[in-house]
Parts: sequence; structure tokens; C-alpha cells
Amino acid sequence: MESVYLDYNATTPIDPEVVQAMLPYLTEGFGNASSVHQYGRDAKVALENSREQIASIINCEPSELYFTSGGTESDNIAVIGTAYQLRKKKKHLIVGAAEHHAVLHPAEHLHKKEGFGLDLLPVDAEGFASPRQLAELLRDDSALVSVMHANNETGTIEDIKTLADIAHQNGVLFHTDAVQSTGKINVDVKDLGVDLLSLTGHKIYGPKGVGALVVRQGVKIAPLFFGGSHERKRRPGTENVAGVVGLAKTLEIAEKRREADFTKLSELADYFIDSVSRRIPDVYFNGSRQRRIPQTVNLSFEGIEGESIVLSLDMKNIAVSSGSACTSGVTEPSHVLMAMGKPAVVSQGAVRFSMGRSTTKEKLDYVLAELPPIIERLRDMSPVYDR
Amino acid sequence: MPEKVLVAMSGGVDSSVAALLLKEQGYDVVGAHMKLWDYVDVGGDIYKDGRCCTIDSITDCRMVCDAIGAPFYVLNMSARFSEKVIENFVNEYKSGRTPNPCVICNSDIKWVEFLRKAEEIGCDYIATGHYATIEKMLDGRYGIRKGVDGTRDQAYVLWGISQRALSKTLMPLGKRRKADVREIARRYNLRTAEKTESREICFVADDDYRRFLREYEEKRGRSFEPGDIVHTDGTVLGRHHGTAFYTVGQRKGMGIAHPTPLYVQKIDTEKNVVIVGDNDTLFRNELKAESVNWVAMAPAEKLFEAEVKIRYLHQPAPATVTPLTDGTVHIIFRDKQRAITPGQSVVFFDGDLLLGGGVIA
Repeated sequence: MESVYLDYNATTPIDPEVVQAMLPYLTEGFGNASSVHQYGRDAKVALENSREQIASIINCEPSELYFTSGGTESDNIAVIGTAYQLRKKKKHLIVGAAEHHAVLHPAEHLHKKEGFGLDLLPVDAEGFASPRQLAELLRDDSALVSVMHANNETGTIEDIKTLADIAHQNGVLFHTDAVQSTGKINVDVKDLGVDLLSLTGHKIYGPKGVGALVVRQGVKIAPLFFGGSHERKRRPGTENVAGVVGLAKTLEIAEKRREADFTKLSELADYFIDSVSRRIPDVYFNGSRQRRIPQTVNLSFEGIEGESIVLSLDMKNIAVSSGSACTSGVTEPSHVLMAMGKPAVVSQGAVRFSMGRSTTKEKLDYVLAELPPIIERLRDMSPVYDR
Repeated sequence: MPEKVLVAMSGGVDSSVAALLLKEQGYDVVGAHMKLWDYVDVGGDIYKDGRCCTIDSITDCRMVCDAIGAPFYVLNMSARFSEKVIENFVNEYKSGRTPNPCVICNSDIKWVEFLRKAEEIGCDYIATGHYATIEKMLDGRYGIRKGVDGTRDQAYVLWGISQRALSKTLMPLGKRRKADVREIARRYNLRTAEKTESREICFVADDDYRRFLREYEEKRGRSFEPGDIVHTDGTVLGRHHGTAFYTVGQRKGMGIAHPTPLYVQKIDTEKNVVIVGDNDTLFRNELKAESVNWVAMAPAEKLFEAEVKIRYLHQPAPATVTPLTDGTVHIIFRDKQRAITPGQSVVFFDGDLLLGGGVIA
């Protein structure tokens, strides 16, 4: 049976070129970058070269780039680190209602357990936050605004530049989670004007377990870990040299391919959305057709649960997702779609198809052949679908 | 094409072996764990082992499925479980009754929602690791028989399942003994082979239902109203913290010094009193059952004899069952039974065959 992977927003396979770049640092180049001897110097040089390379791709200073274990850690350090740094004077946070849990949960933790005020910045039906509403929520004691660059479930690309500008006019720091946008669209830290930015490698054909947090020069954040002076004491721990080298190579390749991939994936996504809409009635597109990461296609099938579609497709060797999966594999109703004001039935019927480098029209045609009978069968059984 | 079956897996040894046996019998097996509740919502000791609905149990299911070559999914049914089972559990206690949440879970979640999910993903059957068998009767009905392992009568909690659902259910452990099931698990090196089992209410993780009720109501800004504990002779003996914390037949926890042992006789929520008395007066010979479901037997039209069981650990007792015109049944025992408790399930058997059941009114 054919198998089709359409869950690239969850993760991607590592590019063989990235593996090649990493291998020397997993074998003979194993040194600890903090060691004084030749082994250590070699590792340190690789680390710093990678830092410069990544900084130049995303347009920040190398000294502003801190390596972490990935997006979740970067988001946690950004939110909690800023909150702890400013807590004596500023105890209010604003985060987007459709943020990833890696931002939402630390913010909720600070709110529930540490007395921070928390406001969720609403999003409209396509997933966009409104600058006017942000201006209304900002307070004198606001410490941080966090709004993601591109949404993981819908691909909606926020106008970060405008939002960051409003936060800054009020003297408030701005963080963006760029995990789903880095390497897929132009991510230029200086142009976005953010104070903090999270990114990761494994969504763009890099290794899992490595990411970075950009902290603009002059912005102070309290560290969450202690135990060494690595990463300027902001993130101590023996550096993941092979991972960082892999991350640099990942971004280099992504940057080279970016425009061509964007065009190709836009065409494939349009083909897919239009074909599904032609073949299946009562399908709704969630998000923005115009301003989104094109490979993210979030569709709701009226009258049925996304979970049942995902399971049925898995049995046909088609890998997609509904909502966002946590470690236990439990499907939760999508907080993103709920925040976009979609009724519960639409949120529950949502399925995310996310495409990538090995997606072809032929593979999509296989999905387009398998999907309609599944939807029809589920609707026949549905107590709520009646057409 | 082999028939496809969705196996309900708790993470315990029984459902693991059920999945394994079905696979060996040639079924196309898919494993699924029903995520029914979260420690965040139900409280209790999150470090207690062996409970279903924990990450560790889900991991166990996943690894067992991988070992036997079956796909595995987690199905989130927590919203429905909370609405149908937990709310009912709390409301029953608040109305002076003693609920059987496992019965409601079986009738309304496993054999409705789980079955629906199975059908949606193209399965022909669902299967569970219950020690009971399902049998097609001569008249075409589906009956449930107690498992051959007499130490675990799980038929008692299965009385509420509809005929249609039974026709789509497999219970491969009914003819096996627990010890043999463990042996099979060991032989196949299943990681759940030595897991201890929990027989208590799954979402009351510390087995302290009073703690659960208190926290549940507190979270919703409600509290329990204290009242009097009254002897059957009319004298007020003390105070209670809320009638929900008492159950018929209960002896301990009254907090009253009294020359003779006191047992809860009746809970009167209208007057907000708990009535206590001697053990002797707990014995009665009749009850009325509502929400009746007929299993091996077509809905009865006239009275019949059966062995009737009134709680999980009760030895079935001979009785006559009389169907009434409003769908309820009236049961008269040959001998008086101790602590007939409103809210508990009453199940009618003919030997090992489950005829039907209901809820004690």
C-alpha cells in the first residue's frame, strides 16, 4: 500500500546533507566546547561558526543567539525568564489566544501560581490578532507580549512587525514563536523588530532536540537553569555541538530552497484545497488562504470528528493530524480554532494536512482518492450530519 | 479480508492478553485506550501505579500493541465521561443513593461511544478483557455468561449493554482463568504481565470517594449541608457532614459513642438526616428496580424465578421477579437480604447466565 506523510508541521525527516554535516561532531569531533584543549577548541569553533552562520541568515547578532533544546524550551525561557526578570515592577502578560501550548502553558502557570496578570489577545476568524485590541490590553505593568509568527495548526502569518511596534510604543517587550515560520518564509529578526524569537530545527529537515532563542542586545532575562557559564549563563549545560552544526546546515539549506519551495508548496496546497472542495461537500477551510504558510492546510468536515478521519486515514497509511497531539496521543479539541470563533462542531471536525519537500501531486491524488469515501462513510454514521 | 476488531485497552494484563488472543485467532486487531479523566480534574495520588488513563498506562498499551503488531490509538472521551459518569456519580450520592459508575461507563461510554468510534473507523467488533462470555441464544438474543474464573464475576457490571452492542462484542477471556491469562502474558513477554489490578473506581484514584465528592463540589463553589444522625427509635444521636458521605449498611465513621454497633439504615435527603440502627433491621426481603435492561431474556411479561445479585460482592439469592406495567420490576427474595442499597445495580441470573438487570430504586 502506498504511504503518504502529510504531517510535516509535526516534524520532518533530517536532510541527508544535514546528517553529513553533523556526523563528524558525533564521532571524532566529540569535544566539550568548554574544554581548554584542542578537542574543546575544535568544538567551540564549530559552535561559534554555526552561531555566526545562523545569525546572518535570520539577521541578528551572533551574541544575541542562545542555543536551546528546541522550541518549547525557547518559549519557556522567553516567557518565564522575562517575567522573572521584571516581576518587581511588571506583573502582567499578554499572549495570543491561538499560541502554541509552549507559550500558553508557562503564561498560565505564571498567572495561576505566581500572581501574574494574564490577558489573551483574541484572534479573528482567520486567526489574526488585532493591533487595536493589543493596544487596548497593554498596561503600565505589562512585562511581555507574545504572539506567534505563524500558527502551527492553520499556518496563519501574523503581522508581527506592527504588533511589536505597538508593544514597544508602550515600553513592553515582544516575543514571537517563529518555530513554524523559520526556514519557510523570510524571518528577519531586525525587520520584525522583536526582542525575543524562538526557533527550532526539526520542522525544517533538521535534527530534533536543538533550537535557539534570540534575545535582543540589552534585553535582560532571568535564567531558568543554573550550573555553568554556557550560553552567557542564560542556558547552562554542555553544548549540543553536533545539533547546533546541524541546525546551521538546516537553515542554510532552507534559506537556499525557500522561495522555490514556497512556490511549489503553494501550488500543491491550492490544488489540494480546490480538489477536496470539489469532491466533498460541506468542507470548510480554516485560516487565511492569502497570508499563511502555504503547506499548512486545515480543513473542517462538517458533521464528523477530526479524530475519526485521522484514524481512518492512518489505516490507509496516510499520516495527518487533528488538533495538536501531546505525548499521550490524546486528541484535544483545538484551542486555536476555538479562539478563531469556530463552533465546536467545526473545531472537532478539523484535520491538518501539512505538506513538505517530498509531497507530490501524485501523492495528493492518492489522498484525494481515499478521502471522499471515508468522509461519506463517517457522515452516513453521523448523528449530526444530515444532507 | 479478516474481520477487524477494536480492543479496549486499559494498560492492564487482561486487555493486553485479549488483544493478543484475538490477533492469534486471525482478527485484524486495533488497540485503543479510552482517555476518560485527568488527575488535574479528579485529584488524588498521581503517583499511584497501575491506574488506567495515566501516561504510563497509555505507554504500556502502546508497547503491547507494538509487540503484537497492532496499531494503537488514544481516544479522548473525557468530556462524555465527565458528563455521563462523573456527574451521575456525584448526583447519585447527593440524592442519598450509592452509584455503580462502572455500570454507567459500560452502558453509556464503552458500549455506545467506543463502539461508535470502532464502527466509524471500519471495525466489525469491539473487544474487552472482561471475564465473561457472550452467547447467541436460540431465540436470537445475545446473552452474557459469567466467566469460568469464579473469583472474578465481571458479568455484574455488564447488565446495561444493549442487544445491538452485544452482537458486536468479543470477550476472549471468558473461558480462561486469571492465572492462565498472566501465564500467556509472561510467555509472550508482554510488559503488563505482572501488573496488579485495580478493582476500585478508576477516577477516585485514592479510593477515598468522600475526598472526591468534597473536592468536586468545592471546585464548583458548592458545599454539603450538615444535619442530624437519628436512631430508628427517633432519638438524635449526633451530626453528619452531609448525607452524601454515607451509604446504607455502613458501620464505621459515624463518630458516635453508642453501646451497640450502629449501621446506616436509610438516607433521607429531604429531611437531611442519616438514619441509623441495629444490624437486624438492615435485612429486607423486597426491592423495586428501575432503568431495567433485558439481556439473555426478552422483556419479561410475567413473574419468573431467578438468582438475584444486589451488589458486586453479593452471593446471588433466589427470588421472584415481577415485571410491572411501568417497566420497573418488583423483586421478592426467598430470604431477607442485608443492606439493599438504592442506586446499586440489581442483576438477575439463571445460573451463570445474565438475564437482565436494573438499578435499585
